[in-house]
Amino acid sequence: MLILAILLVPVAMTLLAASVSWHPWVGWASAAASAAVLGLGVALCVATMKAPEVALHGALRADSLSAFMVVVIGTVSLLATLFTPRTMSQEMQSGVTSARYARHYVVLMEIFITCMLLAVVSANLGVLWVSIEATTIATTFLVSHRRTDGAFEASWKYLLLCSVGIAVAFLGTVLIYYAELHVGGSAHSSSLDWTSVMSVAHHLNPNVTRLAFALLVVGYGTKVGLVPMHSWLPDAHSQSPAPVSALMSGVLLTVAFYGLLRFRAIAVAALGTTYPRTLLLVAGILSLLLASAMLITQRDLKRMLAYSSIEHMGLLVIGAAVGTPLAIAAVLLHVLGHGITKAVLFLSSGEIYFLEGTTEIAKLSSLLSRRPVLGGVFGFALMSLVAFPPFSLFVSELSMARAEVDAGLWWVVAISLGCLGVIFASLTRHARQMLTGTPSGTEVGATTARSVAVPLIGALVICAVLGTVSWPLQSLLAHAAHGAMP
Amino acid sequence: MNTTYVAVLELAAGAVLVSAVMTLWRRNVRSIISMLSLQGIALATAAIVLGWHEHDAALFVTGGLVLVVKGLVVPGVLRRVARLDPRSRESRPLVNVPASLVIAALLIVLSYVVTSRITSLAPSDATRLVPIGVATVLVGYFMLVTRRRAVSKIVGLILVDNGIALVTFLLTSGVPLIVELGSSLDVLLVVVVLQFLMVSMVHHSDTEQLTEMKALHD
Repeated sequence: MLILAILLVPVAMTLLAASVSWHPWVGWASAAASAAVLGLGVALCVATMKAPEVALHGALRADSLSAFMVVVIGTVSLLATLFTPRTMSQEMQSGVTSARYARHYVVLMEIFITCMLLAVVSANLGVLWVSIEATTIATTFLVSHRRTDGAFEASWKYLLLCSVGIAVAFLGTVLIYYAELHVGGSAHSSSLDWTSVMSVAHHLNPNVTRLAFALLVVGYGTKVGLVPMHSWLPDAHSQSPAPVSALMSGVLLTVAFYGLLRFRAIAVAALGTTYPRTLLLVAGILSLLLASAMLITQRDLKRMLAYSSIEHMGLLVIGAAVGTPLAIAAVLLHVLGHGITKAVLFLSSGEIYFLEGTTEIAKLSSLLSRRPVLGGVFGFALMSLVAFPPFSLFVSELSMARAEVDAGLWWVVAISLGCLGVIFASLTRHARQMLTGTPSGTEVGATTARSVAVPLIGALVICAVLGTVSWPLQSLLAHAAHGAMP
Repeated sequence: MNTTYVAVLELAAGAVLVSAVMTLWRRNVRSIISMLSLQGIALATAAIVLGWHEHDAALFVTGGLVLVVKGLVVPGVLRRVARLDPRSRESRPLVNVPASLVIAALLIVLSYVVTSRITSLAPSDATRLVPIGVATVLVGYFMLVTRRRAVSKIVGLILVDNGIALVTFLLTSGVPLIVELGSSLDVLLVVVVLQFLMVSMVHHSDTEQLTEMKALHD
């Protein structure tokens, strides 16, 4: 019941937004829909602590891992949709968009959110694939929303690269299906259903599973933004409207990562830990290395945030490679913390772009003294991003490092810390450029709209609370981590 | 009867690969699109023959869908793009045509090597042909990487997708119908959207932008 309700809310909102013309209240309604999804997600978390929920004759299934992902999607989409009315009115003011495209925007946002929710609550690994691919098509139009040359180019690259990547993931899924079909030498009935695949996972043919998992890492890895399939990511993130970037970076990447987590469990059951771990470690470390190199010389604020997403996805994949219950729990906490933090950063960068007319780092300065609230939010969010305590990313990165040490992967901790050090230094340098300095203009101490400040500050406070008292989450995370265990 | 089945299946799978290699050879976009249309029909034939042999109604449905989507609609959409862009020849591929054909031959050998361990799990007349599907995927990738024009890149994407569809049919007689439907409609949507983006880009600026997309970089 709960699962169906979670899907029906954004579907109803899609229909509503499609049937009426644009008005700010449509934007507020879509924020209310996201809040409802978040509330239902929390209820689903409570319900799945006892047993997984099933709906539609087993077509939909949610365990704690799915429920946790619903909460992450709900939280980040609430933040993003709260900015819909403001972003649209800003864009209409500056002539970037019209009422017609504003309506398209809300409809596509809701379809996008529905597809992500379907991906995490579908019981079937094939449907998971279909819904992740469907997110690509919905977001393509959101990336090109501003209809500039750059936006069209970014969405073209995004759609082409992700379609090719996700096609590879389809081949991997088919191979898993093939292996499931021939478990024990004879042909079985097979369905790609998560529970039935897991029940025979130990007997899947190792040769087939090995190839399948490699294809899945490449395929879903493209969508996660792992190096070397990442090249769409900085373009798409920098060209989209800020709330779209927030959703893409905050949850879309991690929904694809959720797919990887599920398939990792299958691969570990069939092959043992070594092979999946090696593959994931290579992808994760490459991403971390490239991101830290690219961040040093970054000139654009939104591209800087995009490369930082690649960095965090690298960390998540390394955590998944370790794969102990502690590591997975830390990874999930990181997914939530990163989602919220990145959403705050992208949304405030959208506000900065609106007010300053640029996202070039060199052209921004003295934000803290000119716009204390906005600059302050941005500064604190950057501190959260580089894992300052008390923010939750500090706790999750620390726990991941601990899990890596427990697994005997000292060298991985060393490399990660090295990269994180470089990233810390470059982000601090960029932040100093943007935030400090003496203002030259007259608009010292300009006030920031309350509709901007309240949600962003609230989100940062939640991040800090999650980092200091983890009581509401501890048992949930431990329980959810089991969903990603063989 | 069984030999007819094998012969038709082999012919259809062979036609898929041959048309893939032909797209590397031909430079004229119109003839490349005709090759894609032929490939779609061959792919649908393979699905229908398999469905007939396995008495699988779902495969018939899939075959019909593939015939409509990949044999007719997708090539039709691409023809519109070709009309829009009159100088539609692949002028400067990163790898020239003779070298591309040699590499295609190497890719075919490679696909036989990598798939042998997969097909040994369930040897049959159908799985024996899986390397042909894998080779089509690899040729598609090669096209994506080495061709610069936007249309050529879409063609590469379709080759990859058709190759994967062939592997799916041969290996497992098709995945569950809902997944099959999802993936077929997906290709259609992707091609339509890519086409839409190309049209928008052309209206927005001159055609030159279509070949060299260089507005975004670090």
